[in-house]
Amino acid sequence: MIDLQGFGALLFAGTQVTLQLALAALVVGLILGLLGATAKLSEHAPVRLLGNGYSTLVRGLPEFLVVLTFYFGATDILMAVASTLFGYDGYIEVSAFAAGTTALGFIFGAYASELFRGAIISIPGGQAEAARALGMTKRQTFFRITLPQVWRIALPGLGNLFMILMKDTALISVVGLEELMRVTAFAVGRTKEPFTLYLTAAVIYLLLTSIASLGLRYLEKRAALGVREALS
Amino acid sequence: MTWVAFLEMLPKLASGAVLTLELLFLSACVGLFLAVPLALARVSKRWWLSLIPRTYIFFFRGTPLLVQLFLVYYGLGQFEAVRESFVWPVLRDAFWCAAITFSLHTAAYISEILRGAIQAVPVGEIEAARAIGMRFHQVYISVILPRAFRMALPAYGNEIILMLKASALASTITLMDLTGTAKTISSINYMPVETFVTAGAFYLAITYVLTHVIRFLERHLHPDRKEPVMIVG
Amino acid sequence: MSFLRTFTGLAFKGMAIATLSVIALTATAYAADKLRIGTEGAYPPFNLVDSNGELQGFDVDIAKALCASMKAECTFVKQDWDGMIPALNKRKFDAIVASMSITEERQKAVDFSERYYTNKLQFVGKKGMDVDISAAGLKGKVIGAQRATISGQWLEQNRADADIKLYDTQENAYLDLASGRLDAILADAFVNYEWLNSDAGNAFEAKGDPVFDGDLIGIAIRKGEDDLRIKLNKAIKDIVADGTYGKINAKYFPFSIY
Repeated sequence: MIDLQGFGALLFAGTQVTLQLALAALVVGLILGLLGATAKLSEHAPVRLLGNGYSTLVRGLPEFLVVLTFYFGATDILMAVASTLFGYDGYIEVSAFAAGTTALGFIFGAYASELFRGAIISIPGGQAEAARALGMTKRQTFFRITLPQVWRIALPGLGNLFMILMKDTALISVVGLEELMRVTAFAVGRTKEPFTLYLTAAVIYLLLTSIASLGLRYLEKRAALGVREALS
Repeated sequence: MTWVAFLEMLPKLASGAVLTLELLFLSACVGLFLAVPLALARVSKRWWLSLIPRTYIFFFRGTPLLVQLFLVYYGLGQFEAVRESFVWPVLRDAFWCAAITFSLHTAAYISEILRGAIQAVPVGEIEAARAIGMRFHQVYISVILPRAFRMALPAYGNEIILMLKASALASTITLMDLTGTAKTISSINYMPVETFVTAGAFYLAITYVLTHVIRFLERHLHPDRKEPVMIVG
Repeated sequence: MSFLRTFTGLAFKGMAIATLSVIALTATAYAADKLRIGTEGAYPPFNLVDSNGELQGFDVDIAKALCASMKAECTFVKQDWDGMIPALNKRKFDAIVASMSITEERQKAVDFSERYYTNKLQFVGKKGMDVDISAAGLKGKVIGAQRATISGQWLEQNRADADIKLYDTQENAYLDLASGRLDAILADAFVNYEWLNSDAGNAFEAKGDPVFDGDLIGIAIRKGEDDLRIKLNKAIKDIVADGTYGKINAKYFPFSIY
């Protein structure tokens, strides 16, 4: 067995933070992705520009740079927003976890907005027309007809993005959040055994991504089951 | 931020961009070179032959690049045997560590792109080649691979852009690439956001130019078609 | 289904933490009896994290003694060195006790307390290897230092002909010195002292005389917070006078570093 020199518990705690970070960023990213996709499909040109600008810009930047910028800039941006919108001139604290979640969610959302846009336009227009004819409002049509199908169509792509997100959580170590990579670096500093410890971290990441990919296969199967039933 | 501070950082960031591009060019070339045998072994019908690339791809796609980089840079230096061997002059240098890690990393992704392309070559073409008496390796060299390379080009271009962004991690092992330079500048001027946004503009400019170069290549290799075939990697 | 439930449960838990942290607005004025102290946790023996994830070290002990003397309730915040000053100014914490040198550059961005110890910079290299630390002697040699420290700045100003490598943490610089990537490093003499006495550092030794004597280490606070500065100065004087400082000093070094 690999001798972790008493740092096993610390690595385990780091893994938990990594998981929490990935799942929280996933939720933020899904919301931003849907908003982005709706913006891209908007009837108003400025909103479309905003949606396209968001995904094009973020997808062209290194994730690492986005994380650094968010970490150092989150407080500035939030304070500027709070001051102009609400007239609040106090100081706003952004924790490393919140900064990390937002940065990773922001990146995830940019890619997800493309997936969602593709999925939304792939749904036949007749369905929306039929829903409208039945008297559903635009909002009802979106939530009852479009969104459930978008989920199924976008799922494989979203799964890929989630894998990438899980690995990108390692970048958050630079902003001082004690996720897996960060606690590993601490342990390396104390034990002077970088290979053993980084390899252990690598194996933990492999486990996480493997479990996630199994979970995704399960979700995809479930989503596909629904389709067969609907067709029969 | 004053204009002076802004103008002062531009030449520094530009020299960082040169290092970023060197790393990118090297890993894109070496990665492609490594990916061909990996992809060929991956499509092999012999299970033990396809097991090697499967394991390789599983590891490099399942772990963060940062861990891979630290394993090569800090990890290998842990062993006396490595430090006394002939590879140490290379591994001693942060630049080569980054270039090696990035190449190994991107090779895993490129080999999957190539595998997809190889499997997408129409069966009829392969059968036709066999029918006119071509040997197995001849079919690969003159029919399958040239076809696969052309089909894989858009996805390969995509991978290069992804590697450009991933190369920002070189800054974590002392390299003064675009991000490393920005980090050092911001540690002196205490204006991290302004500095990182400026560095971001450099990355966007490089992405823009690379995208157009790749599009030009696609058109060049597909004179008969306006829109290249898209492959979802 | 239970998988799904756990999945969403965890996600919501994470979300809740994120939302709460974003919403947590702190009032403009810091409460007098509560102090958040920023430190790095990667700079032994001054600040480090032990295997329980607890902060330890000279800086941490001094900070605790100062808080006891000021009757303040202190919490520690870990922060990477690169972002230390921006984080202070953005109120992630109220004071930096992380072996920060008082420099003119930094004084443009933050205020400092009086010194709580005095540092010098010293080169370290492999035992038995001849290292001439003059500008001519280091020409073309690979020298490491931590990014955004006075060691790094001193090297760039005084040994510009050397091949200077900057690291995000001091630990990584030592790892590279041990693996032979670096010919020497420049770092704070006391930090070197600790490392040279550890297993990892016993094949190395200090080279030449300290190059930068009288580097004063202070506690950084936001500009204009004079109340806090005066309190800290008084507390430093008090713990030196009542012997608390001496006890902490003796725990780490056999000589006075005040």
